[in-house]
Amino acid sequence: MSIFVNRDTRVVVQGITGKEGQFHTRQCIAYGTNVVAGVTPGKGGQKMDEVPVFNTVAEAVKQAGANCSLIFVPPPFAADAILESVDAGIDVVVAITEGIPVLDMMRVKTYIAGKSVRLIGPNCPGVISPGQCKVGIMPGVIHKPGGPIGVVSRSGTLTYEVVHQLTLQGIGQTTCIGIGGDPVNGTNFIDCLSAFEADPDTKGVVMVGEIGGTAEEEAASFIREKLSMPVVGFIAGLTAPPGRRMGHAGAIISGSSGTAQGKIAAMKEAGIHVCEDLGSLGKLCKKVFG
Amino acid sequence: MKIHEFQAKQLFADYGIPVPRGRAASDVDDALEAAKELGTLPVVVKAQIHAGGRGKGGGVKIAKTLDEAKSHAQAIYGMTLVTHQTGPEGRLVKKLLVEEGLNIEKELYFSIIPDRATAKIVFMVSEAGGMDIEEVAAKTPEKIIKVAVDPLVGIQAYHCRQVAFGLNLPAAAVKAMTAIAKSLFRLFVEKDCSLLEINPLVLTADDRVIALDAKMSFDSNALYRHPDIVEMRDLDEEDPLEVEASRHNLNYIKMDGNVGNMVNGAGLAMATMDIIKQAGAQPANFLDVGGGANAQMVENGFRIILSDPNVKGILINIFGGILRCDVLASGVVEAATKVGLNVPVVVRMEGTNVDEGRRILKESGLNLISAKDLADAAQKVADIVR
Repeated sequence: MSIFVNRDTRVVVQGITGKEGQFHTRQCIAYGTNVVAGVTPGKGGQKMDEVPVFNTVAEAVKQAGANCSLIFVPPPFAADAILESVDAGIDVVVAITEGIPVLDMMRVKTYIAGKSVRLIGPNCPGVISPGQCKVGIMPGVIHKPGGPIGVVSRSGTLTYEVVHQLTLQGIGQTTCIGIGGDPVNGTNFIDCLSAFEADPDTKGVVMVGEIGGTAEEEAASFIREKLSMPVVGFIAGLTAPPGRRMGHAGAIISGSSGTAQGKIAAMKEAGIHVCEDLGSLGKLCKKVFG
Repeated sequence: MKIHEFQAKQLFADYGIPVPRGRAASDVDDALEAAKELGTLPVVVKAQIHAGGRGKGGGVKIAKTLDEAKSHAQAIYGMTLVTHQTGPEGRLVKKLLVEEGLNIEKELYFSIIPDRATAKIVFMVSEAGGMDIEEVAAKTPEKIIKVAVDPLVGIQAYHCRQVAFGLNLPAAAVKAMTAIAKSLFRLFVEKDCSLLEINPLVLTADDRVIALDAKMSFDSNALYRHPDIVEMRDLDEEDPLEVEASRHNLNYIKMDGNVGNMVNGAGLAMATMDIIKQAGAQPANFLDVGGGANAQMVENGFRIILSDPNVKGILINIFGGILRCDVLASGVVEAATKVGLNVPVVVRMEGTNVDEGRRILKESGLNLISAKDLADAAQKVADIVR
């Protein structure tokens, strides 16, 4: 089992004919993902390798049966691409694009509130259920199918590091989700944690956070109250100076809020096994998850 | 991106928000000229730097005469202003703002911020103005009024009334305040702000509401649609190395330590800085070369890191995954040869063909040291600088 994406997921890639779109579509297909369509306005009727290209997402849904979209559209047009997917009836929207204006994302988030669509990202590596389906830009090879651990993270390559260490310890994953480094995103830690809680095959979670905002603190209280499985946590940015945007738009300490120290304290208080030294995360997971 | 107070006040004026009369001055003589133009006394001379706490640091002074205005301008212009936000090295004052003094009845706090958790745009106001708002929030949270606006519905009259009545203003000033709230909200949205703060917003003795201060910053992701705002960027307010890095699309932040580091991805870059510290050394920078990394980026990264004379060793941490390590290693060797590397470099990479990558580093004849994993890399680089 897994959450959000699985063997039955039928992917449409928005921006499939661009450089990144092409490269990662091929990577996804090589991993075994069922990419049924691509969308590039004006290029409908063409093919990217064997994948049919449509002008609109609505056509891709109707003619190719897509139920999940993967977005590589540049920032000025990305909010539009997300909304197009939502209105076309896509179930899971994965937005890889980095650099979408915050106000655009606030409107998107408000528009989708209360709808059943799941938006993952933006500014994220995507989601993978190892051995089944990869909807994103992560290297498939570092993952180990079969579970029993779920991974949720605000980062990209840091997630790869964490997954790699799990795999080296022989610990497989059910699903790994990068929720993205932007301040306003579609899916948060709590959404993923409750989905893992409902997944019978997920027996533990690794949660990777970073400085900025209060998402980790909120997740910590959710874990204390609702989660029945053990959680290993990591927070990046102990040495980050306040007031500076550390690469990710959302990774900024403002005043006394959003510090790594505060998040680590909240996580410890919630009974999360906090790893303070990334080099030993795999070993800690081995100890906690057995 | 931040702008100066005088620039923010110009935007305020464009949106019909009352600001004190006055103008920016580029030197002492110009400041005196600006004071004369006002035709009124007292006047206020304010240092223009991108940092708060200017008053406490001696960067804001009131002059009762023109002679005093000149001496204040002489004192402030060219000074190195140190505030709690500048760090101990302070900031050189290269611009002044000269304004009319006002007869202040009450100081208020006003801000508009995006709330990331709820995706709403929030007014945060308080009648306890002029103070550090975090202090107000900690000591007297009941004095802070928050009004959240749905970004799809937009600003409504009742939001503005909640702000104006929440500030406990005299009846004569309420109408003006609601208009100001509405205009500031429009400004915030139309220019893609990430923060708009007025501390203090003042009520004058004759019941006018005026923005005595103005602080604005903008969403860097949205600058592509605001060329007018981009023009306001003041490179003198930024670290020269950071400006240079941004020209190469590198995300660089200078720190005080001596271990330079270059990483692909922001989260991993932060975690790498952390592990350097845990190994007993101090990071000299944050440098994210982006999720994919190529030889050109590594070369530019080396140049930026090596421009910092404190750097005694470098840690490169690239989690390639899809990237091939042999390609990456060749890129590192090529870049290192080009820039004339003069400090040892520890390289930790992960991805396909990692053994081949390590062989390339080893056989390069350069001072490139392979690490087997992250913990090993941090330890090796910490040992080098110790």
